[in-house]
Amino acid sequence: MFANRITIYQKLLFVLLFGLFTSYGVHAQDSLATATTDNADGGLAKPSDEVYNTGKTLWEQNCTSCHNINAEKKVGPGMKGIFERRDRAWLKPWIVNSQAVIASGDAYANKLYNEYNQTVMTSFAFKDEELDALLDFIAYESEQEAVVVTDTDGGNTVAGDSGGISSNYFNLLLGVLVFVLILILAVLFLMVTILNRFLNQKEDLNEADKEIVNQKFNPFSIFQSRAFLGGVALIFVLVVAKTGLDGLIGVGIQQGYAPTQPIAFSHKLHAGMYEIDCGYCHTGVYKGKSATIPSANICMNCHNQVKVGSPEIQKIYKAIENDKPIEWIRIHNLPDLAYFNHSQHTNVAGLECTQCHGEVEKMEVVAQRAPLTMGWCINCHRQSAVDHAEGNEYYDRLLEYHEGTKGKAPMTVEQIGGLECSKCHY
Amino acid sequence: MAENRYWKGIEEYTNNTEFVKNAEREFSEGMPELSNNRRDFLKLMGFSIAAASLAACEAPIKKAIPYLNKPEELDPSIPNYYASTYYQGGDYASILVKTREARPIKIEGNKLSKISMGGTSSKAQASVLDLYDDNRYRGFVRKDGKFADSSEERIKQNEAIDKEIMSKLGSSRNIRIVSPTIISPSTKKAIEDFKAKYTSAEHIMYDALSADAILQASKESFGKAMIPTYNFKDAKIIVSFGADFLGTWISPTEFSRQYAQNRKLSKENREMSRHYQFESHLSLAGANADYRTPITPSQEGLVVASLYKKITGSDKFADANIDKMLDKAAKELKANKGKSLVISASRDKSVQLIINAINDALNNHNSTVNISKPSYVLQGNDQAMNKFIADAKGGSVDAVIFYGANPVYDHPKGAELKAALSKGVKLKISFADKPDETATLCDYVCPDSHYLESWNDAEPRQGHYSLAQPTITPLFDTRQAQESLLTWAGVNTSFYDYIRQYWQKNTFSAQKEYASFDDFWRISLYNGVFDTTSPKLVAAAEEGEETETAGTASTSFSGNVNAAMTAITKTYKATSSKVELVLYQKVAIGAGVQANNPWLQEMPDPISKACWGNYVAVSQKLADEMSLSQNDVVKVEGKGYSVELPILVQPGQAQKTAGIALGYGREVAGKVGDKVGANAFPWLKESGVTEVTLTKTGKQEPIAQTQTHHTIMGRSIIQEATLNEYKKDEYAGRVIPMIETYTGARRPKDITLWKGHYYPNHSWGMVIDLNSCIGCGACTIACQVENNVPVVGKKEVINSREMHWIRIDRYYSNSQEVQDKVANRELDGTSVELETAAENPEVTFLPMMCQHCNNAPCETVCPVLATTHSTEGLNQMTYNRCIGTRYCANNCPYKVRRFNWFHYAEDTRFTDVNYTQTTDLGKMVLNPDVTVRSRGVMEKCTMCVQRIQSGKLEAKKEKRHVKDGEIQTACAQVCPTEAIIFGDMRDMDSKISKTIGLKKEVEEPKEGEGKAKTTFTMTEPRAYHILEEINVQPQISYLTKIRNKDEAKHAHKKGNAAH
Repeated sequence: MFANRITIYQKLLFVLLFGLFTSYGVHAQDSLATATTDNADGGLAKPSDEVYNTGKTLWEQNCTSCHNINAEKKVGPGMKGIFERRDRAWLKPWIVNSQAVIASGDAYANKLYNEYNQTVMTSFAFKDEELDALLDFIAYESEQEAVVVTDTDGGNTVAGDSGGISSNYFNLLLGVLVFVLILILAVLFLMVTILNRFLNQKEDLNEADKEIVNQKFNPFSIFQSRAFLGGVALIFVLVVAKTGLDGLIGVGIQQGYAPTQPIAFSHKLHAGMYEIDCGYCHTGVYKGKSATIPSANICMNCHNQVKVGSPEIQKIYKAIENDKPIEWIRIHNLPDLAYFNHSQHTNVAGLECTQCHGEVEKMEVVAQRAPLTMGWCINCHRQSAVDHAEGNEYYDRLLEYHEGTKGKAPMTVEQIGGLECSKCHY
Repeated sequence: MAENRYWKGIEEYTNNTEFVKNAEREFSEGMPELSNNRRDFLKLMGFSIAAASLAACEAPIKKAIPYLNKPEELDPSIPNYYASTYYQGGDYASILVKTREARPIKIEGNKLSKISMGGTSSKAQASVLDLYDDNRYRGFVRKDGKFADSSEERIKQNEAIDKEIMSKLGSSRNIRIVSPTIISPSTKKAIEDFKAKYTSAEHIMYDALSADAILQASKESFGKAMIPTYNFKDAKIIVSFGADFLGTWISPTEFSRQYAQNRKLSKENREMSRHYQFESHLSLAGANADYRTPITPSQEGLVVASLYKKITGSDKFADANIDKMLDKAAKELKANKGKSLVISASRDKSVQLIINAINDALNNHNSTVNISKPSYVLQGNDQAMNKFIADAKGGSVDAVIFYGANPVYDHPKGAELKAALSKGVKLKISFADKPDETATLCDYVCPDSHYLESWNDAEPRQGHYSLAQPTITPLFDTRQAQESLLTWAGVNTSFYDYIRQYWQKNTFSAQKEYASFDDFWRISLYNGVFDTTSPKLVAAAEEGEETETAGTASTSFSGNVNAAMTAITKTYKATSSKVELVLYQKVAIGAGVQANNPWLQEMPDPISKACWGNYVAVSQKLADEMSLSQNDVVKVEGKGYSVELPILVQPGQAQKTAGIALGYGREVAGKVGDKVGANAFPWLKESGVTEVTLTKTGKQEPIAQTQTHHTIMGRSIIQEATLNEYKKDEYAGRVIPMIETYTGARRPKDITLWKGHYYPNHSWGMVIDLNSCIGCGACTIACQVENNVPVVGKKEVINSREMHWIRIDRYYSNSQEVQDKVANRELDGTSVELETAAENPEVTFLPMMCQHCNNAPCETVCPVLATTHSTEGLNQMTYNRCIGTRYCANNCPYKVRRFNWFHYAEDTRFTDVNYTQTTDLGKMVLNPDVTVRSRGVMEKCTMCVQRIQSGKLEAKKEKRHVKDGEIQTACAQVCPTEAIIFGDMRDMDSKISKTIGLKKEVEEPKEGEGKAKTTFTMTEPRAYHILEEINVQPQISYLTKIRNKDEAKHAHKKGNAAH
């Protein structure tokens, strides 16, 4: 019977489709529409792009974890109206070393210090032009803030689901599809049955045609055929071999590894909601080989003020009191034989942290996103162009050589020796 | 004319059967036979796969533990450097200590020091491991030797012991503090404070190998007991009587740099010093000498006296050969007045007085011998020490404090002192940081902290100061000795404050640059050094002649030469028929203070290439006469003391002498140093000759010698010439191989199967000046520290399995005259030929490490591509890909690859010697940037790729090119003579490119034919590649060795065909 076969094929198709959609469903957490605020003209003239960007970078990397650009207090005071309260000559030394200003006996500084429960503001060794850029940025942005606040007032709380197609929607769509397909199936089955009955009632059907119409399909005969058995055996062997090999290759690969940490620290909250720059806590990431897990004193920069009573935060206090460091569970483990340096990738090449670590700012519990296998490293080195080479004197000779030999094609990491053994193994 | 013949040892010269057998093979023994059949093999395979997959199924949970409160200056994975000071037994070096995560892991030389000038010795390099010695005391201990388990209890015990000691000291009369030379002015002041509280206290300084004779002779000559500052840099003629000033004498690191500065040749400078050495044992200085003459100890005084007579008048020395050499030296010395230097290591005051007289007669004082600026590195007073031992025996010493001193072991009267200590002396305290022969006899041990855990200062030379600062919190509950003294003296300041006070009072006022003391202190601490050298003095030292005319009335020589001459003729009688004993120090072990350091124990002696123990060095002739051969154990007897040691036939050893190294045979040193060799200190005496008898015991003991390992089959790899030849022809000594082809003879590089590599950005390489390399071996240790090279122990060294990545090949050769004699068969019998050849050979040192060949033979034979070539000229070794076929080692023409026969880091058989990799404490010294290799993999020099990578990263971060000199390999950094220059051969302005005269040529492409071809050629005539004929095109080049000899090395030798 045709109908039977059709249904089998249809079911198969269905399962396939279903699988396809559901797996996409998981990945359908789409990029957040980042609410960029287009500032309308404010009261102050906007500083030059260069100054503005320098200031913005400094602000985002260093200040946002403690200060709001508006009047709202965070760990420290909000920035709105800062220039009405203090002038630049006072602010600069304060940013560079607030303790020195306090020690000098400045009345305002001491008042501020005591007002904020003697929280020490981190010292920032900025250069003078950097300070100016930062202050220009603050001066400009804190005045714009009024506009921004009204814009984002409602949007702020929605955070995650504000844009794109949600996964719920997908599930709904899928349900509808499945229903429609079942409907089609039923109609087809009905049609076949009706046609069969009609043909059987016809008298002038010759033998051959009769046979076709009344043909009995015996599914079991297939299972006994040699070809089938051979095929099954082959598939079985291949599947076992593939599973075995995958299993062996996968030994030690911890992709997706998301252990429970001793303190339920949420990157979603800190990096996502509060947009604290990665480098604020992982201080080594632009400097050295390891990005470093933040020491407890970095937590204390904020948490001697913020959420002190929370049981999770209390664990940090306990650790400090008992002089017992927090034993985090290490997620990203490279074998000792591989040398990896963060600063080469972040500082020199300018990669985003998310490129390897995934969207940490959305992870409640951090999981290892990349497989961290050698194949994964090499693949990236093969494909990535060395964009940062322009303007970096170090790469001059390499670029020159590349242009001489390969012309205008982008220079990949591989072409400048990025696949050589002793770049990572020594 | 006979061909130049180079040989590494007696075995090679005689073509000993064992040697020939081994020379043919890369590995001295074969693989164990596999008796397993196929089934066993399959079983094993199956099992290992199953085991491996099972074992790997569960990945262990790894912890990441951050600081609670991260110190501001510390970032994980980024090293910090702190300036500090190393000093031990005269060997002073201002150093930079590299710390990682607050652990000191490497010592680098400090270039700001005017004394050590960035050089460090092997001992200084290895000293970082002493910090992590498991043998160290954990806290204060009483005689029972027990210390409490927990830190709190130990601190309590420390306090209790302090109280006991103070009450006992209070009731003691005649307290003695015994120490080696202390060059720290603050420590001396602390001792003064102690003496102020305990008025009966006396401080006695003694050195195991003191310079007391020099001090006493100076007192008689100039009215002041001091060691002058020597200036080898300005000396055109150097005559040394037994002084191994490049290896062990007074301040070798300082002297090496000066000496080499005067022997570097270039297009601009074609002059170098000439160095005469008269000595009994072939020393490092002797090996580097242009003219070396073996003399016996009984001749030593007479030879010096004869030289004096020859300079002031005339004389004839009994031995014709020595007389000839003395005449030559005297003539040249007289021609270079004020620009020569005569020194002696004699422990006889009279000999040193004559030396002073000679230097005075040559107007050397205050030019090459600066007596107005004494060196303080050895201040030990032998008389005071002898008196102390006599007092202790006589029972007139109540209490004694041993501060860094171990006289029971290293004083000739150690046994007497040992008896006296247990009988007469009531209170014995030691500051030893680990058990030693003296400390174990003491009532209390209050361990001193390691120098890397302590504050200290130093004044190695008048007006030159340096500081030492802690680079790690004390690992155990130890306390700096100075603080102990201050505590007992009732002074309650930390030693840090104490030094600061001292510096504020004394050194701060000697400068005008800094107005505030804090600024001055900070900059001095940062620099590590501070010197008050007034410009006037510097000028005087630099312009020898001016000083001469200016006259130095205050320092004029006033010694009694006649009395000294009489004393000499009394002491030295050159008629001895017995075997005379020569005691010497080894470069790595010295007086045995660091005997528990496995790196130093395994460092091959620069001359004999033996490690792990001492031996009796005899000449070939003596060995033949007494029918002794290598490894025969003999009993050496004399003056009521005897030891049993194996024989080592040492070319260059004076006839009728037996050389034994000091510093071995420690009884209480630790797992590594205990019972290695035999102690020769009881024979040490001030003057005169010790005669000994050698008796065969019939036993055999193999000596762990690396000498003939990794031999290179007699190919001509040393290229040398004499200075005169070089002056005439810059290519002198060069052997330029030519290959005959149908188009005529061509250079090997012009006929090649290889495409070659092009290095667009960097081409890392090294050039090694054979004229500057003195063979000291500091590079071997520096490399070992930097690259986590395991220590394998005596047995494995005997099996030819030492792991050093850089070795220094030492070749013997002979002057033309001797070679002709041998070649013309003017002598009969092989042994006589050998005796002649080994009597006084010339020596050449050749540092050998991976040559990073461009056409690397190892790369082509690796079946798994574990060794490959980089675009920066490096031959890369990938350990985790290596399966250990050892094809590469077999195919390496330079024999520089090392195979891990064991898992040295985990195999318990190596725990004792290889504790740097096996114990928790020892592991702290490992370089975290370098993998610890496992069993079954090959390894070799990487040209410190971890340093290259980090240097490049710094440059990239700062968006600039790599600066020349910014990246240094460990061997180049440590080299006291700057013989190794590392750099980038794509940077045409780099030091290496200039040294080898690199020329860049761009060949414009012909019409329609691809791109321009750039070639780099080495044009310096002295620069050559070893084994150029096989055209492997190494990245390492060598500069020819030039000897300052009158006789030609290559008498009219067919010129040099190709230039």
